[in-house]
Amino acid sequence: MSAGALVAVILGAPLLAASGCLAVRRARWAPGLNFGAALVVFAATVAMMPVALGGPYTFCGGYLIVDPLGAWVLLSVAVVYLLASMYAIGYLRAPGSAHRLPGFYALFAAFALTMLAAPLMNNVGVYWIAIELTTLVSTFLVGFERSRASVEAAWKYIIVVSAGISLALLGIIFFYWAASFELGATFDLTWSTLRGVAPRLNPTVTLMAFLLVFIGFGTKVGLAPMHTWLPDAHSEGPTPVSVMLSGALLNTAMVGIVRFIHIADGARLGLTPRIVVVVIGALSLFFAALFITRQTGIKRLMAYSSVEHMGVMTLGFGFGGPLGIAGALYHMLNHSLNKSLMFFGAGNAMHAFRSRRIGRMHHVLKLMPVAGLLWLAGAVGITGAPPFGLFLSEVTIMRAGLASANAWAVFVMLVVLILIFVGFLNHFRAMYFGSSPEAEAHVAEHASETHLGLWCVLPMWLALLPLLTLGLWWPHAFSNYFAAIATQLLGGPR
Amino acid sequence: MLAAHLNPLAASVFSLIAIASLLLAFVLLGSRWLRDYLVAFAIESWLIAALSAAVAFYGHYPELYLVAALTLFFRGLVLPYLLLRIIRRLEVDREVHERLAPSSSLVVGALLVVFAFVVSNHLGDALHLAGTVAVLALTVMLSMKLIGFLMLIVRSEVISQILGLLVLENGIFLGSQILVPGMPLLIELVILFDLLVVVACFGVLVRYLVVHAGTSSTLNLRRLAG
Repeated sequence: MSAGALVAVILGAPLLAASGCLAVRRARWAPGLNFGAALVVFAATVAMMPVALGGPYTFCGGYLIVDPLGAWVLLSVAVVYLLASMYAIGYLRAPGSAHRLPGFYALFAAFALTMLAAPLMNNVGVYWIAIELTTLVSTFLVGFERSRASVEAAWKYIIVVSAGISLALLGIIFFYWAASFELGATFDLTWSTLRGVAPRLNPTVTLMAFLLVFIGFGTKVGLAPMHTWLPDAHSEGPTPVSVMLSGALLNTAMVGIVRFIHIADGARLGLTPRIVVVVIGALSLFFAALFITRQTGIKRLMAYSSVEHMGVMTLGFGFGGPLGIAGALYHMLNHSLNKSLMFFGAGNAMHAFRSRRIGRMHHVLKLMPVAGLLWLAGAVGITGAPPFGLFLSEVTIMRAGLASANAWAVFVMLVVLILIFVGFLNHFRAMYFGSSPEAEAHVAEHASETHLGLWCVLPMWLALLPLLTLGLWWPHAFSNYFAAIATQLLGGPR
Repeated sequence: MLAAHLNPLAASVFSLIAIASLLLAFVLLGSRWLRDYLVAFAIESWLIAALSAAVAFYGHYPELYLVAALTLFFRGLVLPYLLLRIIRRLEVDREVHERLAPSSSLVVGALLVVFAFVVSNHLGDALHLAGTVAVLALTVMLSMKLIGFLMLIVRSEVISQILGLLVLENGIFLGSQILVPGMPLLIELVILFDLLVVVACFGVLVRYLVVHAGTSSTLNLRRLAG
């Protein structure tokens, strides 16, 4: 199939699922419709990978672009969408809420649609709008449970992110303004136009524009100190939504930052943009470490871990070079898989212990033997320990950092990652091997009635196995892919 | 660059409108009545529509007449109407517990304008545009942006926060009309539409807040922290 047809399938399937859920309004059909769309999207993105390598291709009057970088992010979104849709089937079975299911799945598919659309946008302004739309749709998913806490989280989410992203709009206007001195009053602000004109832009205005855009999209990526919405939104939404937010949404905003770093490279700005990117990345790691060690909520723990990994990815892109880019991209996919696994485990544990507090969870393995083991393996993986994928990508990023101009950040990264390793796994030690009399009683009482369905455990397997594979074996095809993206991001204008 | 070669009349008209919009942002900052906010926001939107029309006339960008008409209709009429509906549903009509008294926020706002001017002047010098209306447009754009953020910080009623966000947007829109009048029409239309969707979403969320959290003040949203 051609790239155009694949794009139509990728965007069409969730659109059909969303409208189908709204039109049919049957609680029984909605999960299937959504899951079907996720399967189709996944197949289409996998098929798109080799096609995109020949790109970039543009469609629809130059508004859509298929390039290797976009396709890679689409893959991570599609993987998470597939796993989350599968998990949602098992997770959302609470009796009494069946009438709200079609609405939930319609929003869920629409959210997937906006996230799949964003990396395909070629016009910078339209990309901004796509990112804004992801916020608007996901706000209602975050507030879906309509509890006091979830509505509060939704409100904070939309206010903080809208305010942040408006800075990105201001930055884009500044880019347009700077470019209008060279290109005339009216032109299409695409990524490649901007990259092409970058060397001729006024450095002062361009630096200001880049900083605004970085802070703006950085808010959406969840980089510290703009991360304040993230733990609330991630912890208060239903678990499948947390998975989508953490594993997919953050990546779609990261694409924008990566493309703007590429543009800033072309402008005569020296090292300043990269130093800013690396400092913010390191700061995110540091903030995350502080909150991870003292965390009491299980999903908030996972949320701060997302801040950490977004920081690692930002460091990778900030270090740059073929190795840094490859490491950061590999990290993106690994993080999507691993964080999905962690949230599935957290959702299952919250179901088993009827609490979201870490202090209430003891003897996890007695209540959920298989899922508990998978979750524990995921916890080892998410802290960057071998033999899982994140270990490989973090080591690659560190190697890239040592060769870059910001080598100091590697030492910060190493120290903070060790802190996080200790802090994160300490929570798991307490949950798995700690003991207290009341916990014993709770386990004894509920051991018989806790039953996790196939749909709650299967996605954990499907996340863990590829993660383990990617930790032991870096596929050659991926290397070629990263090389193509690095050529795209390190080369000049085309 | 339009702003660099303007006849004096056009430059004065642009400056007048820009400064009037900035003053209205201060009205928002200095009042504690929610209805005042709304009126100030509506007038500000009308001024921006007038600015679009003026740019269209003096800069010969006929498509901006359409933007002006749509701005007048959506930003000037539909948005204030939607906000009025939200205010009517709430049981408050003023800020009760401001973190910073209106008088103090005016002073902070003035300092922010000075900061915005310093930044814009620097940018203007870099581009050899010092003394043109472009510097003024930049100053107003950045000031409204900062004042919007200030409102988000010091005001706690949900409606004030929505208006804070809208002032942010108004600032960007106003600046972009003078700095980049040739921006493709499609982008401007989509941003306008986006704003409508944002406010509609806010309307729904405010209802959730009142029903499920029992409050319309963000001071009471303190459950999630750490």
